[in-house]
Amino acid sequence: MVRVPRATPHQVMAAAGQARPADPDSPYRLLAGWVDTGRPADLAAHQRRHGPLPVPAYPGRAGPHRLIGVVDRSGLRGRGGAGFPTGRKLTAVAAGRRRPIVLANGCEGEPASRKDHVLLSVAPHLVLDGAILAAYAVGAEEAVVCLHAQDPLADTLRAAIAARSGDPVPLRVAEVPDRYVASEASALVNFLNTGDPRPTAKPPRPFERGVRGRPTLVDNVETLAHLAMVARYGPEWFRRLGGPDSPGTTLVTVTGAVRLPGVYEVPLGTSIGQVLELAGGAAEELQAVLVGGYGGSWLPLPSGGGIRLTHADLQAAGASLGVAALVVLPARGCGLAETARVLRYLAGESAAQCGPCMFGLPAIAADLTAVVEGAAGRRGGAVLDRLGGRLEVIRGRGACAHPDGAVRLASSALRVFGTDVRRHLSGRPCPWAAGGPRLPVPGDAAPGAR
Amino acid sequence: MSRPAAGRRGGDARLGVNPITCRAHGLCAELLPELIGLDEWGYPILAASPVPPQLLEMARDAVAACPTLALRLSGAR
Amino acid sequence: MSQQVLWYISRGTGMVSLLLLSTTMVLGALTGGRFAHASWPRFTVSGLHRSMSLVGLGFVGAHVATAVIDSYAGIGWLDVLVPFTSVYRPLWLGLGAIAFDLVVALVATSLMRPRIDPRGWRIVHWAAYACWPLAVAHGLGAGPADARLTWVLAVNAGCVLAVVVAVTWRATASHPDTVARGGGGW
Repeated sequence: MVRVPRATPHQVMAAAGQARPADPDSPYRLLAGWVDTGRPADLAAHQRRHGPLPVPAYPGRAGPHRLIGVVDRSGLRGRGGAGFPTGRKLTAVAAGRRRPIVLANGCEGEPASRKDHVLLSVAPHLVLDGAILAAYAVGAEEAVVCLHAQDPLADTLRAAIAARSGDPVPLRVAEVPDRYVASEASALVNFLNTGDPRPTAKPPRPFERGVRGRPTLVDNVETLAHLAMVARYGPEWFRRLGGPDSPGTTLVTVTGAVRLPGVYEVPLGTSIGQVLELAGGAAEELQAVLVGGYGGSWLPLPSGGGIRLTHADLQAAGASLGVAALVVLPARGCGLAETARVLRYLAGESAAQCGPCMFGLPAIAADLTAVVEGAAGRRGGAVLDRLGGRLEVIRGRGACAHPDGAVRLASSALRVFGTDVRRHLSGRPCPWAAGGPRLPVPGDAAPGAR
Repeated sequence: MSRPAAGRRGGDARLGVNPITCRAHGLCAELLPELIGLDEWGYPILAASPVPPQLLEMARDAVAACPTLALRLSGAR
Repeated sequence: MSQQVLWYISRGTGMVSLLLLSTTMVLGALTGGRFAHASWPRFTVSGLHRSMSLVGLGFVGAHVATAVIDSYAGIGWLDVLVPFTSVYRPLWLGLGAIAFDLVVALVATSLMRPRIDPRGWRIVHWAAYACWPLAVAHGLGAGPADARLTWVLAVNAGCVLAVVVAVTWRATASHPDTVARGGGGW
């Protein structure tokens, strides 16, 4: 899956806390080992490259606090979708009265994303270092790596944990049901507490009261891997790449109509067009790109190619970085039909707990399907109006952000594929609407589906 | 939870609903139509603005009347 | 003479209590089943449910108090709270004592509702389904002379019919929310 150009091997000078990466300006940070060797890094290879766990660089009672300060100054933001500043989250969890728990979220419920899978496959110890360092920073008594049940990675990670020694905090793996919303932070907490893998209402948020009632830090595994790098090489190094509001590199999953779909590591601030070039460029004429996964937003191509992958730039373009997944739609595809299919999938993935989600998502999926199929006929305008009204009403009214993601996807489709909407409604659907699906959803027989 | 000074003036009081425990009984919208509407499925849509002081008492009644205790008023005494 | 009056008051308030508790049951079942009508909005139903329960508690209190104050049957204060301790018709008074305890618990938890755990309130509230039949049985068993009167039997039958119909409606009423919550394979 990972296709990245080979670079020359580097030697690493790593003394705890004073470490310098082999090539401070390399765009390969998390994937450097893979790029150099083409092999997953076992513990020995990991330590040759990055040195030992840098806990001794943060000694004494003030050490954890100093580590949080370093993460805070790095400007690292969460890579799980929300983009929340990691330093602030650490501070909030550490401020609780009881001993916290750390959850490393590697479930990757997002079908358009593979980056957590790739990262855990090629650099498991970087993630584990990050989980341990985060636990050390907040004073946690345990760190749990959350993966999907039946995911072979669970065995990989258990073996990696068994190979380690001397970690100041115990590590374990928890297997979570493979459902879209089950990897949401409160759903992980709920599952570990009660066995029910559905999100819960906020407040309380996990950082206030999470696993076993304790303050719980839930961070994406990529976030923790970056944290493990920041703890070694420092905030200034981390900010050498990326932009002021979105520093560092990020793992991007590129799928769809590119020649080399895969997971790539790029500095934040890289333009969408550059990322697509990295993925081998267009495999055919392109129409649009879905940014941020199935709860993300469509942007038109080629005009959207100039937009840079930063939180601020994407927000200005009416999109969001999400889990940094790009799904590329060719010109010979129907964005509306694809969106309707994904919406039906998202509606089916509702945890059926919140009214606006369990009724609203099937309703907007049905509305868009009616538009796509031209079934609305002369009432097409009315269906479109109803859909618009429903999109307004659903947002922000679920216990988790699942309905918001579906609304974001549908709204952006109406915006970007506006011409197609009029064409479908006038009874002249685009010739590709009946074609095979371009965006795989779990359960499909389509290639690429998991 | 209580923020007395602001709460008494009502400037800080906000309605919130637990969307998981809400079961679309709809009493709240009958009792406080000024701030609560219902969507087409019967679930409440709350005004984003703070509860004005003159409606605070009615908001409390609506909170108390909710059959599933899903409605809450925060920031008010 | 005054003794007679107390005894009559106790029987009368007991009868009224049955009517009020039955009405409360019916209104509660309607609230739970999300009954709504243009001329009977939901807050009317739930408001009446609440008012009827409070008035009902008042009459139950009067019923109990007069029965104790009246020395004829020799019912003590403890007998009305602790079941099956009474010398006079221990079984039927015991059922009444349980029903009384439950009514008090139901009203108390409902008055404290915004401040207690909703699940606790809900569990206690289910006890209404135990409380009401006990109260009916107590009424028929504790006053056998009254229970032979046709109109008393008619009132009892009417109450039972109304509650059974309302509770059956509630149990079978299907709301989309309830149906949808079962979906999704969770």
